[in-house]
This record gives sequence, structure tokens and C-alpha cells, in this order.
Amino acid sequence: MATPCLTIRNMTMAYGDFVIQRDLDFTINRGDIFIIMGGSGCGKSTLLMHLIGLQHPAKGQVFYGTESLWEADINVRQRILQRTGVLFQSGALLSSMTLAENIALPLSQHTKLGAMRIREIVSYKLALVGLAGFEDYYPAEISGGMQKRAGLARAMALDPEILYFDEPSAGLDPISAKLLDDLIRSLRDNLGSTIVMVTHELASIFAIGTNSVFLDADIKTMIAGGPPKQLLAESSDPKVLRFLTRGLMEKQSLHKINIQEHNEL
Amino acid sequence: MILSWQYDIFLLHLNPSVMIATYLPCEIKLIQHDATIELALAGDWVLDADTPSLEPLLTQMLKGSTIKRLVFSTQALGHWDSLLMTDLIRVIDQGVHQCIEVDTTTLPEGIQGLLSLVYAVPERLDAKRHDTKRRWLEVIGQGAINAANEASSLLIFIGETVLSVGALVRGKARFRNIDLWINIQDCGPSAVPIVTLISFLIGLILAFVGALQLALFGAQIYIADMVGLGMTREMGGFMAAIIMSGRTGAAFAAQLGTMQVNSEIDALKTMGFKPMEFLVLPRMLALILIMPMLCLYADLMGIIGGSLVTVGFFDVSFLEYFERTSGAIHLKDLMVGVTKCSVFGVLIALSGCMRGMQCGRSASAVGKAATSAVVTCIVFIVIADSTMTLICNRLGI
Repeated sequence: MATPCLTIRNMTMAYGDFVIQRDLDFTINRGDIFIIMGGSGCGKSTLLMHLIGLQHPAKGQVFYGTESLWEADINVRQRILQRTGVLFQSGALLSSMTLAENIALPLSQHTKLGAMRIREIVSYKLALVGLAGFEDYYPAEISGGMQKRAGLARAMALDPEILYFDEPSAGLDPISAKLLDDLIRSLRDNLGSTIVMVTHELASIFAIGTNSVFLDADIKTMIAGGPPKQLLAESSDPKVLRFLTRGLMEKQSLHKINIQEHNEL
Repeated sequence: MILSWQYDIFLLHLNPSVMIATYLPCEIKLIQHDATIELALAGDWVLDADTPSLEPLLTQMLKGSTIKRLVFSTQALGHWDSLLMTDLIRVIDQGVHQCIEVDTTTLPEGIQGLLSLVYAVPERLDAKRHDTKRRWLEVIGQGAINAANEASSLLIFIGETVLSVGALVRGKARFRNIDLWINIQDCGPSAVPIVTLISFLIGLILAFVGALQLALFGAQIYIADMVGLGMTREMGGFMAAIIMSGRTGAAFAAQLGTMQVNSEIDALKTMGFKPMEFLVLPRMLALILIMPMLCLYADLMGIIGGSLVTVGFFDVSFLEYFERTSGAIHLKDLMVGVTKCSVFGVLIALSGCMRGMQCGRSASAVGKAATSAVVTCIVFIVIADSTMTLICNRLGI
């Protein structure tokens, strides 16, 4: 049984009069690894901004469970968003604070935990992402991949129910990207979080995505949705196919690649 | 079975009305049979809960050399999150330390998965930082070394600037003309309102402070001399420079610093541009061109400010005031002020650009660059001003 965790109803996103996407209508279920995909400039990251409360939709609703994010008053919205964690594209760690201080920040602001307990939780979160012992480093002193993992540790600080990722594997080598994918999946499995991921990394999409939505920049709306592998096998939309096969459009040749890729994965 | 049971918990979390519902209190029970100790966990271990202390268990583990094995029972365990995880990690670490066999297989699957993630990458011991207390001699020595490095980097920067000015003179410097004009616009016309306000008020203050004393002797008319000479020789250029170091010096440092953070300066280098010519020269030229004009403008504003006070409060007519002023100020006074101000312009551009180019690659580094740019500017300006005043005095200019 799938339980809806996040529902987007008839949403239009716009900057002033300039519409980015219209008529978005989809549901993200609890425990999903939900992929928001589409070509560059189609509004994937903008959609994310709308989900995490940074941008107001021009029209439509975002429901967390049964609560509407944008109709709720500011306190309720804060409470809803406290149950989410966001990993920004480049980690977005506060550069004037050490990793430990970065992760401790939400804990000390939103819980009544003591300093000792916060330190323990910080160490635990860093260990979860494979950064045990790096508490006292500043973000500028560690590599990009490590910054990203530290950002993930901060996103998970409050044990969120929903974790958002903006291009998690951008700028990572294939092996680090794969390790990050594995980490994301095992966090989902073990914490039971719901994962929402903006990405156009095909390897990640097929490896861990359980559901998806495909945004199109030309007609400015979603043109497909569903499990990525199923999309690849069943979709007849040339745009979606071209995206999912890196431009190899023909159905016939595609079929072989399909099978190959499935085997590899 | 465990999975579906966890699933219910997530449903509870989802529903806000249930979320507020009270949690069961956390409990720990210790049951020891022979060499095995069983740790029974009960209740909801969530972030804001009061958890029982682990100390009894840990001390029991410490002294009990008889304990060989630690097992968990979690039938009564409700919700759990990071709070339980950190406690478990403490217990397990202690167990491993005591060479006790820790059996985690009876823990919920999610916890087992997380534990394996935690212990997947061993802690990098060399990564840990220790606060090393430095002795005072070391602190002083380090300070001296830093100061020397600072001085040499300043000299290098000045040297590079001179070289690029040389290239400019030979017509070989490469930068976009539009950049020069944009910088002139930023340093000049955009700065006029604030320069107007500050120098007007400075003239006003000068007049007031002086007038109160001079009026005692009935010598109000000399306010004009004082304000006129004070503004042109000293305060006009000086205040303009202070304003510009806060306004433009900091902006230069922040701009160039952000370009450093975004690797824009590296990009320019790879495209064959010299950042010193492409970025620093137009800024420096703009300031050198603009500062004398701003100085003259500030002088005028100061004199107007002074005249308002004198005419308004001390019974001197406008005509008298300006007659007196034009008699008091000679061309050489104006030249002294303008020359000083041009020097300040060079110093502002130099320190602003230098701090920007030296900027590190993070947001806080940009902040530091802007701060130290302003501090450097002001220090340089004050030192240069006192030196030049002294020289003028000695030479009788």
C-alpha cells in the first residue's frame, strides 16, 4: 500500500509573468526515491524551491500529508519544513563554521538536547556519511565530495522524514557518485525517509529511482511520470526516450541498449 | 514483520495530529545471566525524550570482567531516531573496548543497517584535530613571520601594479574600455550624494567648532579662513578618501574576492589575460581620475556648509564670507589637497584590489577581504596624510 507523503496539485510556477512550468500534478509516496528529471533549464531546481518553502507557487498547492504548505501560516509552515532536510547542490555548508558546528546548528536551535548529546549526534551523523573524525574541519578544508556528504549529514541532523537532494552527484566522479547513491538508498531503507532528488544523472536515475516525473522545457509542463525503468521500457514520447537513452532515439536499437543497461545495472 | 512494523511508525510521523501525541517514556533494563548481559530497551527514543542514563550499564561493563557477551532485546521499543543510535554507539564502542562480544542481530533491521553504515568507514584518527596550546614566544614569532609575509606580498603587489602601469604606458595593457567607464561611473557620479552629505556636514561642524571660539574675540569673519583652508588643504580630500575607502575599497575587495571564489580569476588567466591588467588597472585608473574631482567637489560643499553656519548664526553676510574665503585660499592650497587626494586614490585602489586578489575561496574569506581592505585603506590614508602634511609643513608649502 502506498501512502502519499507529498502531493502537488495543479501547480504553476512562474517568475513574475514568465511561466516556468504549469499544471504540475503528481504524488510522492512514503519511502519513494522520487526523481525530478528533465533537460537543463526546465525548472527542476525551481520545483525543488517550491517544495522546500523557498518560493511561492503562482498557482496550486503543495500538500505535506494533508497539510497545505503554502496555505498554512508561517509557524505551521516552519513546523512542516522542520521535518524535511535539504542537500543543496554544492553542500551549502556555512563556511565560517566547522562541520560539527554546521550539523549542530539545527539541533541546538530546534531541540532541547544538551551539548554532550548534540556532540554525540554530530559524530554519529558524520560517521553515517563516512566522515568520522572530521568534526573540526572547515568546509573549505575538505574536498567537494566530502562537502557534499557533510551537507547530507547536516540535512539529516533532525531525522527528517523527507530528504531533498539537488543534483547530488553533480561534480562527483562515477565511483563517488555510485557510493553516494548507495548511501542514499541505504538511508532510505534504514531510516525509512522519503527521498526527492533533482538529477539528470542517468546512472543514478535507473539505479535508485523508484518513481519520477519528467518536466519539459518547451511545452512547460510534465510530460511523463512513473518508475524510470518502466518509462524507458514503455514510454512512447520521443523526448522522454531521447533523454533516457542519451539521444539514441530509434526504438529498435534502443531495445538492445535497454536490455544491456538493465543487465549492467 | 519488522519492516511492516516500522512502516506504521512512519505513518504516525506523517500524521501531524498523531505526531503531537505523547510518547512512551524510555526505559532500559539490564538482565544478567552468567556471562551474558541483556539490554532491554523500551519506549520511544526520540530527540526530545528524557532518556535513562547509560552510566550504570557502562560501569557494570567496566568492572564486570565476567561479562563476555552483550545482547539486546527490543520487543518493547517504540519509535527511535538518532537519540537511540548515539546511545547504542556508546554502548557498542564500550563493549568493543572491553573485548565484549556485542550481538546486534536482535536489533531492528533499520538500526542494524545504520550501524553497519556508521562502522563502514573507520574513524580517521589522523583527521582529528587537537588544540595545541602555543607558547607566547611562538605566538610572537608567528606574528613576526606573518608581518614579514604580509609586507612582501604588499611589495609584490605594488611591483606587479607598477609593471602593469608600465604596460599601460607602452599601450600593451589589455582591459576592456567599458570596464573603465563602468568603474568611473561607480566611483564618481554614484558616490556624489554621500560625498555631498558628509563634506557639507564636515564644513558645518568645522564652522561651528571654530566659530564658538572666534566669536569670543569678535573675530567671526575668520571662520571663512579656517573653513576654507581646513577643507581645501585637509578635510575635503581626507573625508572623500575615507568615504571612498568604505564605499569603493570594500566593493573592490568583495568583487575580486567573489571572482576568486567562483574561479573567474583563474578563468581569465587561462584565457591569457593578466588579472592585474584586466581587473586591477581599470579600477585603479578610475579612482585616480575621479578622486581629484571628488576632492574639489567636497571642498566646495564644505565651504558652503561653513558659510551657512557663519551667515545664519554669526552675523556675517554671504558676500563677506565668500570674499574672505577667496582671499584666504590660494592655488597652492587647492593643489596640496588635490595631490593628497590623488595619492589616497592610488592607496584605496591598491589595498582594495590587493585584498580582493588575496582572498581565499569561501564566503567568510570574502567578508574578511572586504574588512581588511577597509582597514588597510584607512591605515594607509592616515599614514600618508600625516607624512604629506609634515612634508608640506617643512617645505613651507
